[in-house]
Amino acid sequence: MPSLGADMEAATLIEWLAKPGDKMKRGDVIAVVETAKGAIEVEVFEDGVLEKHVVAPGAVLPVGAVMARYSGAGEVAAPRPVAPAPAPAPAPAAPKPQLVPEAPSPVRPPPAAGLRTSPAARRLAEELGVNLTSIAGTGAGGAITREDVAASAHAPAGKKATGFDFTAMRRAIAAALGRSKREIPHYYLSHAIDIGAAQDWLAAANAQRPPAERFLMGALFIKAVASAAREFPELNGFHVEGEFRASQAIHVGVAIAIRGGGLAAPAIHDCADLALSDLMARMRDLVARVRAGRFKSSEIADSTITVTSLGDRGVDAVWGVIYPPQVAIVGFGKIGMRPWVVDGQVVARPTVCMSLAADHRVSDGHKGALFLERIGQILANPSEL
Amino acid sequence: MTADQILAIIRDELARLAPEVDFDTADRNRLIQQEFDIDSMDFLNFITALHARLGVNVPEADYARVATISGAQAYLLAMVRT
Repeated sequence: MPSLGADMEAATLIEWLAKPGDKMKRGDVIAVVETAKGAIEVEVFEDGVLEKHVVAPGAVLPVGAVMARYSGAGEVAAPRPVAPAPAPAPAPAAPKPQLVPEAPSPVRPPPAAGLRTSPAARRLAEELGVNLTSIAGTGAGGAITREDVAASAHAPAGKKATGFDFTAMRRAIAAALGRSKREIPHYYLSHAIDIGAAQDWLAAANAQRPPAERFLMGALFIKAVASAAREFPELNGFHVEGEFRASQAIHVGVAIAIRGGGLAAPAIHDCADLALSDLMARMRDLVARVRAGRFKSSEIADSTITVTSLGDRGVDAVWGVIYPPQVAIVGFGKIGMRPWVVDGQVVARPTVCMSLAADHRVSDGHKGALFLERIGQILANPSEL
Repeated sequence: MTADQILAIIRDELARLAPEVDFDTADRNRLIQQEFDIDSMDFLNFITALHARLGVNVPEADYARVATISGAQAYLLAMVRT
């Protein structure tokens, strides 16, 4: 079971998507697991062959537990003996890492074999106490959909936003960010800029585009942060085992609110190299999948810096909490018309307050200030994006 | 296309974005983004869905005119009839 983020202790295996004998390539999805953040597709790290499933769907596994035997091109650790997969009741086999107080493992019945259901449908069935085997699926290939579950329970369909376990998600956020506040000496900087040039550029670009291809200011923010991060390696990477490891790649984590009170910050990979249209498409796809409760393991575990944009919620500025083991988070507040001095005159201009929270073990305010200033310069020349 | 049919489409699409909000008791003259607690990405998805379903391409310059349910209904009705 891979660690899918600093806040994850354990996850439930929902289903295997590969069977013994399957040849797999790096990035192929081998299984779906359920974490506090929702269902996550687990990708394999290297090319190889799946030899054997070690655990069965329904098992709750701590990070580091053996899920399967897989022989890679390099080599994987020799499989350790593992407790047999629990059939009806999940029973963690390996000891849990005790970084955070142990949370009660959710006890879930394993999905009935051979049933095609979506994770959302399964969660809804659990919540409503519906037996999935008693439902006829109307989805693709006879799959049972959330609607089928809702209908069978005579519950109004679509009344509940998602099947997220918000209690577990809140606990996971508390664990990661509690650790952040205990361990990371944050320093904070803010920098207000005139965002008029970026707004004008966006309006002109979007006037030519159908809705499906329009940009959002949020995409410009992410691109600007990624571009600037290229020049400031001490703000992009991981602090692990007492030392900082700068990252060559720039994977920007995007803080995404989930209806009902959750939060996830999955990564958009290689942001600095993406054309804005590709970045925007990735962002739309990512937000949709996160809100539907499904994303990929690589997206959840490897952000190198995070961007949080709370402007839509109308606040002037946001002071981020660094998501460990990252070392910086950039925040954007609401864009609004505010008094601004241009050529010695106070005029109303669209402005935005940017903020940076960064890890003092790795960088200082001076570097942080140059970084924020650079982001501002990039946004002042949006055609460079 | 009638006003009721357009309202049904608006209702449908907002239910996708904010399934827990009761459309029937929502204030139709309040900003959709506030009433349904949706962000700019959701709103863009709403506009995209209206384009796909009604063929009405709402330019950004007209976003203010479709920012409430009643505003959107009137705007879309006028556009599908022209």
